[in-house]
Amino acid sequence: MITLSPRKTIPLQLTLLTPVVAIALTLVIGAIIFATLGYHPGEALYQFFVAPISRPDQVADLFVKACPLIIIASGLVFAYRANVWNIGAEGQMILGAMFGGWVALTFPDLSGWVMMPAMIAMGMLGGFLWAMIPAILKTRFNTNEILVSLMLTYVAALLIDWTVRGPWRDPMSFGFPLSPMYADAALITRVYLPGFGHLGGLHWGVIGALVIAVAAWFVLARTLTGFQVKVMGDAPRAGRFAGFNPSLVTIMVLGISGAAAGLAGMVEVSANMGQLQPEISFGYGFTAIIVAFLARLNPLAVIGAGLIVALAELGGDSAQIALGMPKVVTGVFKGILLFMLLAGETFNRFHVRLKMPVTAVREVSDA
Amino acid sequence: MLEQLLLTVLMTSVPLIFAATGELVAERSGVLNLGVEGMMLMGAVAAFATAFGTGNIWLAIIVGGLAGALTGGVFALFALGFATNQVATGLALTIFGTGLSGLVGAPLVGHAIDGLPQITIPVLSNLPFVGALLFSLDPMAYLAVALLAGVAWFLKRTRGGLVLRAVGDNHDSAHALGYSVLRVRLLAVLFGGMMAGLGGAYLPLMLTPHWAEGMTAGRGWIALALVVFASWLPWRVLVGALIFGGITIMQLAGQARGWTVPSQFLSMLPYLATIAVLVVISRNREFSLANFPSCLGRVFHAGK
Amino acid sequence: MNGSPRPAASPPQVALLTATGICKHFGDFTANDDVSFRIGAGEIHALLGENGAGKSTFVKMVYGLLHPDSGMFEWRGAPVVIRNPQHARDLGIGMVFQHFSLFQALTVAENIALAMPPGESIESLSDRVRAMSSEYGIGVDPDARVHNLSVGEQQRVEIVRCLLQDPALLIMDEPTSVLTPQESEQLFGVLRRFADAGVAILFISHKLEEVRSLTERATVLRRGQNVGTVESRKKTSKQLAEMMVGMAVGDIERREQGVGEPPAIFEISGLSRDRETQFSTPLRDISVVARAGEVLGIAGIAGNGQDEFMEALTGEWRASSAAMITVDSHQIGTAGPARRRQFGIGFVPEERNGHAAVTSMTLADNALLTGHSLNNVVRRGVIERAQMMQMAGEIASEFDVRLPEDNPLASSLSGGNLQKFVVGREIIKRPRVFIVSQPTWGVDVGAALFIRRAMLELAAEGSAVIMISQDLEEIFAISHRIAVLYDGSLSEPVVAADVTPESIGLLMGGSHSMDEART
Repeated sequence: MITLSPRKTIPLQLTLLTPVVAIALTLVIGAIIFATLGYHPGEALYQFFVAPISRPDQVADLFVKACPLIIIASGLVFAYRANVWNIGAEGQMILGAMFGGWVALTFPDLSGWVMMPAMIAMGMLGGFLWAMIPAILKTRFNTNEILVSLMLTYVAALLIDWTVRGPWRDPMSFGFPLSPMYADAALITRVYLPGFGHLGGLHWGVIGALVIAVAAWFVLARTLTGFQVKVMGDAPRAGRFAGFNPSLVTIMVLGISGAAAGLAGMVEVSANMGQLQPEISFGYGFTAIIVAFLARLNPLAVIGAGLIVALAELGGDSAQIALGMPKVVTGVFKGILLFMLLAGETFNRFHVRLKMPVTAVREVSDA
Repeated sequence: MLEQLLLTVLMTSVPLIFAATGELVAERSGVLNLGVEGMMLMGAVAAFATAFGTGNIWLAIIVGGLAGALTGGVFALFALGFATNQVATGLALTIFGTGLSGLVGAPLVGHAIDGLPQITIPVLSNLPFVGALLFSLDPMAYLAVALLAGVAWFLKRTRGGLVLRAVGDNHDSAHALGYSVLRVRLLAVLFGGMMAGLGGAYLPLMLTPHWAEGMTAGRGWIALALVVFASWLPWRVLVGALIFGGITIMQLAGQARGWTVPSQFLSMLPYLATIAVLVVISRNREFSLANFPSCLGRVFHAGK
Repeated sequence: MNGSPRPAASPPQVALLTATGICKHFGDFTANDDVSFRIGAGEIHALLGENGAGKSTFVKMVYGLLHPDSGMFEWRGAPVVIRNPQHARDLGIGMVFQHFSLFQALTVAENIALAMPPGESIESLSDRVRAMSSEYGIGVDPDARVHNLSVGEQQRVEIVRCLLQDPALLIMDEPTSVLTPQESEQLFGVLRRFADAGVAILFISHKLEEVRSLTERATVLRRGQNVGTVESRKKTSKQLAEMMVGMAVGDIERREQGVGEPPAIFEISGLSRDRETQFSTPLRDISVVARAGEVLGIAGIAGNGQDEFMEALTGEWRASSAAMITVDSHQIGTAGPARRRQFGIGFVPEERNGHAAVTSMTLADNALLTGHSLNNVVRRGVIERAQMMQMAGEIASEFDVRLPEDNPLASSLSGGNLQKFVVGREIIKRPRVFIVSQPTWGVDVGAALFIRRAMLELAAEGSAVIMISQDLEEIFAISHRIAVLYDGSLSEPVVAADVTPESIGLLMGGSHSMDEART
């Protein structure tokens, strides 16, 4: 029987240690599961976490993989801190990619100075609008945003599938469901530093992601807007007492997280694919949720958390090739990691003790 | 043709009946378990693996239920044992269950099994139209309805059901009266897991006799919406499941009739319908709050 | 008070329950320190003490919810370890909690069934409920759903639930905190009948007059210790209060009103609010004026519209017309809280955890909660953190808030200290109008005195203070004028010096005019 009694203060060392222990336990449990299923645990862990960055030029790949996770998670932090559970980032990502793609495909001759900003704006708009659906339903009808945003994910996936197979299909693609290639102006290029050359596959979107994370941290920690978000999440009644408007905050945080996801979608297509296809999100919308929790809802920590989870993603690719594991196996690690992080939160806030069930009723502390 | 269509509706609704009934019990005790999708997939892969490995369908059903219950147990360990945030824990369970089932099922992709046998109820199955439809179904379909009826009786008429409803209504009061809130919730969650596992098992055992990653395709989430739709009353779950079953196969029906609407839009219907239902329910508070478990999703701390 | 007092019982021959040397610690906090106690059959015994004195802890151990670290209980002369509430009930101990432990969505009969051992059918239980209900004059319908019942009715369900188990000892935790004086009198009649039938009653209360009227003996707990058992009627309320607090309770100086009416600063006219949920109270055409330099006390039992009224005053609920609330002739009835603060109004709502303050945030952040629209704490959207910390520090030092460290989390403050901070946060701005609900609820005596003094000082400087309070002693301690909120209507204010608590009590129970009350 697990007994919890609240701690008076939370030691700083504990809060820093918890994510580390969570990661370590995830590796151990993951290894055990692999062993049970007949894979060699050491081999599997190596393929997952070491092989992907064993060569220096692979570090850039890590950042490239982390890019969408960082952007989306930075936005999700706002929503989750306000206790608004946006689970539809995956769908918002898709809509953002589609809106951005619409600019690229409808106006292929725009100059670079116009094209990229327009795509960025439209990408954010697409995600924003898709997130407005649960936002408005929640503020007007008190409908639960979890299920609505989730259902819309499936709808969005079907939408892009139809679009790419139908009206936007490249007539030259021999029947493959692909849009025409974007013009050069619509592509996000690799970073080029004079004297260093290209840094592997690192593209400007990554730089943007880092900037976004820092900006998100600043808004949340230092501005009145961020304060409103935090108060509404922790104590909505106090927020109303302060004069903050709950509906406005809900709409704002869904808008921010939706726009961020939309932007990430547009960036991913422009940087890595160069054209629209039926699958562009690869579960990043859900993975970003884990990144947000690993970062303990702190946008600065999102950068580090994004890199760690990106490593697991790369690991999934390499494990698939080397060991024949299905891609979805990263879900095992991600799920366990989230469990460990959540339990870690409990360890932070409570003394946890195992007690033999002598009495049927718990001890209570009372003033 | 109509008969075939209606039969498909009935069968499509079976996994939803299982999963939604199980989640309803968990929610009436105050626990919101968003991991239904993950538990269903674990049940599906376990049932398929058993059926493929042993050829014993009945064993497969049992194993499917057990797998679901065990997966639910993982949720209980964290959400009840460590008092973690139920929303996030449920999500973790979905991601974990989806991943683990994919891993376990990887070697099974591409293989097929024999499905469940039909059970024909004597005399009743000879009734015109209705006979072939309602009384010649597979055993799991009958099990689903039987369990639903059992849950309805349990909640309304038994002491155990009364205690469960009390825990979901006011866990502090239940605790003060000496009832073990966590034990009641644990049992409810395990039951919910078993039901989700059975619902998931129905997919490879009956509907499409093979295994594919993520083959539940969001049914777990629809089951969650169904519980709200049913305003936490068991018999309404049956109605809702049939309606959603109907909507789901509209896509097939549409294609068969040569509708020109693109298939993707027809496939969207269940998800859009779920949203519409949720909006309607949340607008009409009286209708939905009569049996709403007030402690739903709230973490229980002895001493608060 | 009506009804002849019961003759003072001689010390009980047969002690029903005896506690010897009971100790209970929570970490390094001592809740009960070597407490000894006895109560006999048919005795009505009060347990007195401030918040945090250990009363709740003690009765929870008697009821089996907690276990003592050392010490012993004896039941009918035999030593016993009370393992859990079920065991307590089996022994014959029943408890009616202060905060009802009822299940709202279930029927009365189902609620009662849950408190009884399994085996009896709902139907037979319902019959027993009806029988008992008529025998003792407690009207309770077994088939009603609890969420449809009034607070007084719900309490009666709690009582019937206890009685059906045929208790020998009945523990009641602050039962009259939600009743009018008349309902309390009714309850006392019922309790006296039980006592005559041999049931022992342990009555926790902080209402000294009540204790003196109903009980024969009273045990006072202070800081976990039993400081004495006395015969209730041989002591005055003041003496009992001194035992509870351990120091002479100083009278608070209240500046009497000068001649002539000071100017009205804050005016409410025709404020009405519809009933929004089944459990809310509508506001019915409330009109009242708060004047400079005075404390207007708004008395009333909880549940008569205080929450709805407070929300209308703070702006968390906006009136249908701006003219319904004016401050210095500015119409603000439709303005939100932040805007009202800009007109110089400060608010302190009833609930400090999660409403007046965010417990998970620091004091500096909590100062920002009501200060963000004022001064220069926010520049172009960015918060001036140094300024916030300084403000929080000033509030803490001026209002005697004891801090464990610099800029601590609000959760690490005791109730009294957090309340001083939350009150000080507003008063330090010297608001024109200061509106507070339950200013000293759950606060220790020292902090309560400090807060009341601060309010009187603010009024003396010329501000108007509106104080909503359920504590009649507090109302009379510092109000210049008193009005009563009953079922959403506000009575005509009267000068405090001209009325008695009993007459106010009658208004709280629904009498329609002061004339009726004065007779």
